Amino acid sequence: MDINPKFLYSKNDEWVEIDGKTAVIGITDYAQNALSDIVFVEISVSEGDELEASDLIGTVESVKAASDVYTPVSGRVTAANEAAVDKPEILNTDPFGIAWLVKLENEDGFDTSDLMDAAAYQAYCEQRE
Amino acid sequence: MFIPHSPAEREEMLASIGVKSIEDLFEAVPKAQRFPRLDLLPGLTEMETAAQLKEMAEANFSLEDASCFLGAGAYRHYIPAAIDNLISRGEFYTAYTPYQPEISQGTLQAIFEYQSLIARLTGMDVSNASHYDGATSCAEAGILAYHQYRGKRKRILVSAGLHPHYQAVMRTYLQDFDGMRIDVPETVSLDEINPRRLAEMTDDSTAMVVVQYPDFFGQVHDFTELAAAVHAKGALFCVCVNPIALGLLKTPGEMGADVVVGEGQPLGIPPAMGGPYLGLFATRKELARKMSGRIVGETVDNRGQKGYVLTLTAREQHIRREKATSNICSNQGLNALAAAIYLSLLGKEGLRSVARLCYDKAHYAAAKIGSIPGFKVLNSGTFFHEFVVVCPEPVVAFNEHLLHHSILGGYDLSSDWPSLGNAMLVAVTEMNSKEDIDNFCHVLAGDDHDHEA
Amino acid sequence: MTTKHEQPTVFELSSTGRAGFRFPQPDVPSAELDPALERSDLPMPELSELDVVRHFTLLSELNYAVDLGFYPLGSCTMKYNPKICERTARMPGFSQLHPAQPIETLQGALLLVYEMQDILQKVSGFTAGSLTPAAGAQGEFCGVKMIAAYHADRKNDRRKVMLIPDSAHGTNPASSVMSGFTVKPVPTDARGNIDLDGLRALCNEDLAGIMITNPNTLGLFDENIDQVTGLIHQAGGLVYGDGANMNALLGVVKPAELGFDVLHFNLHKTFATPHGGGGPGAGAVVCTDTLAPFLPGPLAAVLEPATEELPPLYGWKMPEKSIGRVGAFSGHFAVIVRAYTYCLMQGADGMRRIAEHAALNANYLMHALKNAYPLPYDRTCMHEFVLDAKWEDAPGVRALDVAKRLMDYKFHPPTNYFPLIVHEALMIEPTETESKQTLDAFIEAMLAIAREAHEQPELLHGAPFTTPFGRMDEVKAAKDLKLTA
Repeated sequence: MDINPKFLYSKNDEWVEIDGKTAVIGITDYAQNALSDIVFVEISVSEGDELEASDLIGTVESVKAASDVYTPVSGRVTAANEAAVDKPEILNTDPFGIAWLVKLENEDGFDTSDLMDAAAYQAYCEQRE
Repeated sequence: MFIPHSPAEREEMLASIGVKSIEDLFEAVPKAQRFPRLDLLPGLTEMETAAQLKEMAEANFSLEDASCFLGAGAYRHYIPAAIDNLISRGEFYTAYTPYQPEISQGTLQAIFEYQSLIARLTGMDVSNASHYDGATSCAEAGILAYHQYRGKRKRILVSAGLHPHYQAVMRTYLQDFDGMRIDVPETVSLDEINPRRLAEMTDDSTAMVVVQYPDFFGQVHDFTELAAAVHAKGALFCVCVNPIALGLLKTPGEMGADVVVGEGQPLGIPPAMGGPYLGLFATRKELARKMSGRIVGETVDNRGQKGYVLTLTAREQHIRREKATSNICSNQGLNALAAAIYLSLLGKEGLRSVARLCYDKAHYAAAKIGSIPGFKVLNSGTFFHEFVVVCPEPVVAFNEHLLHHSILGGYDLSSDWPSLGNAMLVAVTEMNSKEDIDNFCHVLAGDDHDHEA
Repeated sequence: MTTKHEQPTVFELSSTGRAGFRFPQPDVPSAELDPALERSDLPMPELSELDVVRHFTLLSELNYAVDLGFYPLGSCTMKYNPKICERTARMPGFSQLHPAQPIETLQGALLLVYEMQDILQKVSGFTAGSLTPAAGAQGEFCGVKMIAAYHADRKNDRRKVMLIPDSAHGTNPASSVMSGFTVKPVPTDARGNIDLDGLRALCNEDLAGIMITNPNTLGLFDENIDQVTGLIHQAGGLVYGDGANMNALLGVVKPAELGFDVLHFNLHKTFATPHGGGGPGAGAVVCTDTLAPFLPGPLAAVLEPATEELPPLYGWKMPEKSIGRVGAFSGHFAVIVRAYTYCLMQGADGMRRIAEHAALNANYLMHALKNAYPLPYDRTCMHEFVLDAKWEDAPGVRALDVAKRLMDYKFHPPTNYFPLIVHEALMIEPTETESKQTLDAFIEAMLAIAREAHEQPELLHGAPFTTPFGRMDEVKAAKDLKLTA
């Protein structure tokens, strides 16, 4: 299982990469592996939407499961990744890179107190194996 | 009955399990309630059962012995002999849901062809493998609309021309659905059921507008402008169809429908006192992944053969449980097969002929009834199959009289639609010959009294 | 393997100008139609009757079916479908009835529906019932909605939690949410019963009810069922029974006497109506007097009692506080005719024999297989049982492999990966209509596959080999989404 040491993680297997007032969100390698072949990605928010932490941002679907994706942090949507919608398989091959789902912006910065760092997330995944 | 074991085999099986008697297998059942007396009659043989059922069947007045002018959501059409012959094959009707595609390609390909035929007939991109009936298809369309807007639009605007039972089923399904509201404009006359009025009533809180085509009263409207108006408000447009009418009329797809639902019973399925029927459900391809119910898709097997599987199952209840798009976990498999065979047999030419026959005969009947003193046809525009007749006396009296002549008169609208007066909804299909229609008019006019012995 | 089993579609077989059916020439004048309302194109196939008959016959040959072989399909009760039921359902006095005919012309059919309501009440111990639900999932939806309506009628708007055991079928939570409930899972204990401590913790003033499948999806009768229903009632909740497994209980116990308040039947499971390749079925719902006013309608009822000269007049009736209509008319009548025919032939004595032999067959299979396949809950089962196809010494083999390999032995695979609480679940329900010879042949196949799992696991991964089609690419199907020809 891959983990990006620089990202923060939610219990619902989303990752968030924070850079000052912007955040990028996606699903983890653990999540894509549990879903297996991803066949469909829907991003249900669009540019300008104001989101609270744990609001729904989309759905990821494989042949055997469908999983809702929530934002781990609050903010305004600045971009949704069309590439992930067009080529869902990139979530399997590069979940921490080109298969990001949405970008958020928050003038006040992000509250990350409920999120795990890489080590804690690693332990969280192992405990579920 | 239908249990093959001989006493010796039973003993042998019990011995291998290690119990003395069959009763021993039920020790987990509370003793006080175990093996209650059932207040039923003793079992019958096949001969006795057949005789009893025959007697019960003969206590009914079958459409085979009648001249029928009843429609209102169930229609009498000719069912080609090949249909029953094919759907009676044990390989079809005793098969299970095709979850194992390696040994279910017959069912799967038949459903795929059904989906393709329904998509073509309605002018839509995709169809599911069917819902229970026209009414539940409408309800499922409402649920789709709810999900499409994630509960942010709570209003479903429904034409008063939608079958009253379909309206009722939509209410049953949607009334506890997170504050959804089924809004039917108050209507006292047929003229008020028109696309313009619905366009004016569509607002930003509307998730979906649902119309019927032809509507419950047989009226046919072009919904092209309504569809555009609904889309301008950001809502979805749903058309509930009679599939036979689409042999002749412009498709909902051409008019801009997002979802097409309807009752598939006219496609080779017997009226059978209301069921089982066939719920049509087709959409534009953008909504394909929002469709509830079973869906068959084309793929290939590991030997390189083209084949079919149930697809998009990840959203269904067995995986998503409380987050599923619907709780449905069946389709009307055998009836969908019947419809696929019906459409294949009739084909391009046959489907147009039957639609044309229904259209022409309904117009002949309307003109003829309209010319009987005291009777008035309310439909002013185009109509298909059905039309509303206002009678000089309560409908029930005419129907009773017609029944004496082995004629099933039209549907009595007086309880659902008191504002229309003594109104009867008359349905005419290819099964009504000119002679039938003339006779119906003759009896309605009261001219029959001269001939009664 | 070189034989191709692919069949062309009706569109590929189409040939311009052909027709499989002709209608008579019109006997009335042609009516005018606004050309703007006429469709421009009707892209239907053009085939002869023989084309159509041969095509669908060839398709039928690609199917497995009860008439061809054994379906040990847990939770689905794939028993034999008696042929007489097909004949009675097709009698013109039943099949050619319009739902809106005057009731005076439907007395035989209404009597049949009325009697079927009565039969279902008598075998379940309830006092009211409705045959309008179209399928099990809809019957279940009705039952849950009735519970919601009951609490609403008592102006109790706090009761919004529906408890569902973790072994339950997925329709249970889906139906609950559709009825406005929040779902909370209840754990299963080591013997496969509902965990009583877990249940107690959930019994409070938010409780609306519980949905129980008994015997549950492990095929086990809950040994504490009296306590479970007692706890729920004490807390002010109601008990819904999922009747998918009623084949195990006919004549054995009446759910009403165990404390259930409402239950649905699957006529296509318990009462032998055919599955039709996925439907139509029928999902009657029965209940206590307390819930009767909320039943979906219309029901068959006696409108005018019998007199000395006349029999009673049967008709339709909507219960006074009904949850409403759930279909355009009054249920799947043609399915009800089949089930009624079957029930008449069984009678009081036959009902109990069904459940007894269903349990006999299931226990016979379980005993013969439990040494070769892990059995997670080892106690006497009812009509079905669940194996766990997971061997420490054959780590690569999964339930799916066993299921697929069974097809090479000419058996339909059991239900697999359900219930969710058993990871590699193989859920086996033989039904009472299978003979000892068939069961023995199935045992032999299962034992052979268990040996193969250890000796030649790759054989299982590639299976099936002898079926007309091999494993399908499901990822391609879901990704490319080609839903029409």
